[in-house]
Amino acid sequence: MLRNVSFYIFLKLTLKYDSFNFLLVRSGNMTQQKLHVTLLTGRTIEQGVGKEYGKSSSEYFEACSMVYMDAGDMKKLGLKNGANVLVTTPNGSVVLRAFKHPRGSMPGLIYIPYGLWSNAIVSYATSSIGMPSFKGTPAEVEAAPDQSVLTMKELLKKEFGR
Amino acid sequence: MSVINAVTCPICGCLCDDIEVTVVENEVVKVKNGCAVCEAKYLGYKSKHRIRQPLIRKDGELVPTSMKEAVHRAGEILANAKYPILYGWSSTNSEAQRIGVELAEEVGGVLDNTAVVCHGPSLMGTQEAGIPTSTLGQIRHRADLIIYWGCDPWSAHPRHLERYTSFTEGRFEDSEWKSYINKVKAAAGRKKLLSAQRVAKKKPEVTVAESEAFNKPPETLQKEGRKLIVIDVRKSMTAEMADYFIQVEPNKDYELMQAMRAMVKDEDLDIDQVAGVPMEYLKEVVDTLVNCKFGVVFFGMGLTQSAGKFRNIEVAISLIRDLNLRTKFVIMPMRGHFNVSGANIVFAWQSGYSFGIDFSLGYPRYNPGETTSMDVLLRGESDAALVVASDPVATFPKKAVQHLVKHPLIVIDPHMNPTAMLGDVVFPSAFVGIEVEGTAYRMDTVPLPLKKVVEPPEGVMSDEEILKKILEEVRTIKAKNTKNRMGGA
Amino acid sequence: MAEILIENGFVFDPLNGINGERMDIAIKNGKIVRSVNTQKAKKINAAGLTVMPGGVDVHTHVAGHEVNTGRMIRPEDHVKDVVRKTGLTRSGVGYSIPTTFVTGYRYSKMGYTTVMNPSMAPLGAKHTHEELNDIPMLDKATFPLLGDWWFVLENLQKGDLEGCARHVAWMMETTKGYAIKIVNPGGLESWGFGRNVHSIDDVVPNFDITPRDIMCGLAKVNKMLNLPHTIHLHTNNLGIPGNYVTTLETMKALESVATDGKPVAHITHVQFSSFAGDNWGNLRSGAEEISKYINNHSHMTLDMGQIIFSDTTTMTADGPFEFTLYQLSGRKWVNSDVETETSGGIIPMHYKRKSAVNATQWSIGLELALLIKDPWKIFMTTDHPNAGPFFEYPKILAWLTSKKARLATLAKCHKKAQKKSLLPSINRELSLYELAVVTRAGQAKALGLKGKGHLGVGADADVAIYNINPETLDIAKKYKTARKAFGSAVYTIKDGQVVVKDGEIVQTVDGRTMWLDIETAEEIEIGEEMKRKFKQYWTVEYENYPVFDHYVKVPEAITVKASV
Repeated sequence: MLRNVSFYIFLKLTLKYDSFNFLLVRSGNMTQQKLHVTLLTGRTIEQGVGKEYGKSSSEYFEACSMVYMDAGDMKKLGLKNGANVLVTTPNGSVVLRAFKHPRGSMPGLIYIPYGLWSNAIVSYATSSIGMPSFKGTPAEVEAAPDQSVLTMKELLKKEFGR
Repeated sequence: MSVINAVTCPICGCLCDDIEVTVVENEVVKVKNGCAVCEAKYLGYKSKHRIRQPLIRKDGELVPTSMKEAVHRAGEILANAKYPILYGWSSTNSEAQRIGVELAEEVGGVLDNTAVVCHGPSLMGTQEAGIPTSTLGQIRHRADLIIYWGCDPWSAHPRHLERYTSFTEGRFEDSEWKSYINKVKAAAGRKKLLSAQRVAKKKPEVTVAESEAFNKPPETLQKEGRKLIVIDVRKSMTAEMADYFIQVEPNKDYELMQAMRAMVKDEDLDIDQVAGVPMEYLKEVVDTLVNCKFGVVFFGMGLTQSAGKFRNIEVAISLIRDLNLRTKFVIMPMRGHFNVSGANIVFAWQSGYSFGIDFSLGYPRYNPGETTSMDVLLRGESDAALVVASDPVATFPKKAVQHLVKHPLIVIDPHMNPTAMLGDVVFPSAFVGIEVEGTAYRMDTVPLPLKKVVEPPEGVMSDEEILKKILEEVRTIKAKNTKNRMGGA
Repeated sequence: MAEILIENGFVFDPLNGINGERMDIAIKNGKIVRSVNTQKAKKINAAGLTVMPGGVDVHTHVAGHEVNTGRMIRPEDHVKDVVRKTGLTRSGVGYSIPTTFVTGYRYSKMGYTTVMNPSMAPLGAKHTHEELNDIPMLDKATFPLLGDWWFVLENLQKGDLEGCARHVAWMMETTKGYAIKIVNPGGLESWGFGRNVHSIDDVVPNFDITPRDIMCGLAKVNKMLNLPHTIHLHTNNLGIPGNYVTTLETMKALESVATDGKPVAHITHVQFSSFAGDNWGNLRSGAEEISKYINNHSHMTLDMGQIIFSDTTTMTADGPFEFTLYQLSGRKWVNSDVETETSGGIIPMHYKRKSAVNATQWSIGLELALLIKDPWKIFMTTDHPNAGPFFEYPKILAWLTSKKARLATLAKCHKKAQKKSLLPSINRELSLYELAVVTRAGQAKALGLKGKGHLGVGADADVAIYNINPETLDIAKKYKTARKAFGSAVYTIKDGQVVVKDGEIVQTVDGRTMWLDIETAEEIEIGEEMKRKFKQYWTVEYENYPVFDHYVKVPEAITVKASV
């Protein structure tokens, strides 16, 4: 049973990132952590190569159903490289495999390659100019060891019924 | 076996035209000079995901049908639709794009291309501020300062540096390739040293953030010869190679650019940092900008898709304009698809506008937010769609796609991509640049010819041919409808 | 093919000396013929109407990268002028940068049948031709920009005229061009690093050559290649107060190239190059000085570049000049330098009567056209859209033929400009005959277009018929009526087909793209040296550079025998 007690710890770590939140929810004797992050979506070379092989290909699936995270953030959530996470935004949620971002640090940022999975949760707000907010909107990440990444077909079925 | 030279690669805005392709018995077996994505396309285009014949949805399933039946069904859908969307166009040739305009005009629909989710904001930015730019060769010959802002060519335009910027030989500037190799070697050496130190001392290490993001601009920013600066929210692959990497806070590019504009104009700013960049370091960067001989800013989705969107581009262009009062500077958008530039260009010369064009009143109208396909979908206003040479089901946010698939969807594509999978009428088309020749426009608007190196599969036509058939059918149906309305006179 | 007999019109055909004679014009198989079968021929009753050859425009920016970028950045220009689709015509937009279909329709409605697109960056030639293909109703040609091309600069610097000529011939064919276009010679290469040249004897950085060398060298090359048109020149220092001096120096420099009394150069939109004074405050007209020179020499032709008081868009290959305009006006500015070849710029511009500078510019164009005695030396253009949109041509025709019209407009101008203007003292009014020269005959002659601009036997059957009766309408007095008539042809005939009737399109046709097929003494071989240099100079492969035949929808190759 969930106890309605929640602790908020705000940590101002550096000059750069001033909203670095940990949300601790006590639930029985389990501690789950959700990370508030800023969501980025974009290109990777693997996603580029994968789409040329065809979007039904395994290369594309591997390249797009994943999320890059800051190494320090992954540690905080107790994630191993390649572990499943649930990423949630006001528009939906999707399960992805999380990998350490290979260069530099980006605490508080996550990066999902463009694709069906990123578009399941990205903000559609177009600011009245036709362009959705593909980069820089808020999201939440949590470990999801018991959930699996959907295949393209499963995701299509779930979102669009076909 | 034949070896074909000077092949133009049909993938990204680089439009490299020096690809060498070896063909044996109508199959591409070897690709020379291309990047990984180019090779993937030329060697992988014949994958099992290819559509081989027209398909039509019957009882919820896509089943094969004849071209005649598919054309008729598509024609009916478009002729009878009140407000159809005709979307895509970025991965086909200008010849097909021209038919697209004619078709959209004929059915009074909304004509839009992938710029709407890519550089549409850049086009809008130029409508506000113009754009000081040049062709890519000018960069190769003259640029001694190259800045990539909010883009990662190493991932999205892999040969950009080696063909057009830092690693090219120009008439007035040399390649920086050697010095990059040395830098990589030095960095590898430093890393080894650092890790050895960590193992030895075990003291609280300088956080990665502090050691990398806040490092001082190096002396190499003062050197003669080409310099590379990368500005991004995270350390991309291109940032690894830069002389200086500026890690800007997400959604804060606008502030950073405005601050830089003020500094270019020698105005004093009473702040310590902007967008996470300490002012003293920013001053050095701006010095580098105004003291270079020829600078260029390449920008991408980092600016168009984050907060501010087209305002970011407007400010970026204004910054370059201001820099032109002090030295020579140009700016260029990193166009994604190999012919999205062409789609904008063709649409503009025929209709006056480059994307988001509404023909429903009998003449072209353009008002982003109103006539852009994304907004039409989000407001649930369209009642049919034709998608060519693009994949909105995979690239549009979920909500927009949900409306797209609520209504009849015609798809023209070589691959069984997510959009084709959800289509109601699906046409297999040939790959432009591999099986179909034509014209495409590079990211700097230079037109290049695409070659046909192999024959398409039996029965698979080009986008241009399919669209012509659909247009003809639409006209026939409309003429019949008019005749019937007038009492079959 | 159809036969047409245009009966009883007042014919003005200056190239054949016909001045308002009432006569018939016979057409068969798309050409003017001596006579037709009067039973079979379609008859057009032109009694009381003026019959002229179809209009020829020597300089109008209608196609290509520069023009299209202008379209892309100015949606606010388009909303002013929308064009609906009809059963016969495509939709589009008009105003200062019309879309391609609308360009064709509008010119045709004014009786025009041939236009020259004067600026084409060779690297973007395919784009220019794709757009030309989509301009219906008109025959067209385009001029590659060669004045700052590295191969030209290098060959001329070495003194190798023959080498230069061979390269120019190659480029003309490769881009399917029609004439050598030179813009601010030396200035565009300098602009590659943000600099400019300020006199014809300035040395171009990195190339050790002067604008004088470039212009004279290319004028000689033009003669060696026997090209139908002369070099087409946009002078140095364009748009700068006091620049008439540079223009005079330019024309003097070219005197040495002229050896047979025939023109060796055409200075375009000369209004912009005829400023006296030394700053914007004391700007005045240099038209007197320029006219005096032209009246005493025969080696130059000019076109006006006449200002229209309107919102419009400037677009030229003169990158540095467009930057200057940006600094003056603060409006949105496009710059587009092209590797190895040229540059370009775009700025919206609003010419106002109440601007002393604009009003003086307006006066300068007309002063030039009126003070230069020989109408075969100066033609009517607006350098569309730089000085004004082409659909305003009828206004200019009224100003040229009616002092009343000129003074009426002058009266609305800034007082300072009124005081400075020479127009009150000029009484000359062009006749219909002279009008035909400056809008068609003279242009065709200067361009070397044998079948255009006249109605002699063998000419292309391009005819314009206007509702002007020279016997009953005094165009000087009733200039508003004349203006209306010129804006809306009663008939436009293209290649022997009626395409416009009473100002409306009744048939759409494609029109041809003319280009030069230059035959040199030896076949031009592209050696390994050239190919190697190619790879160094451009970022495209040599093989992908040319405008292949299939890029030109309806080609008309004009064979030229070079003396090289």
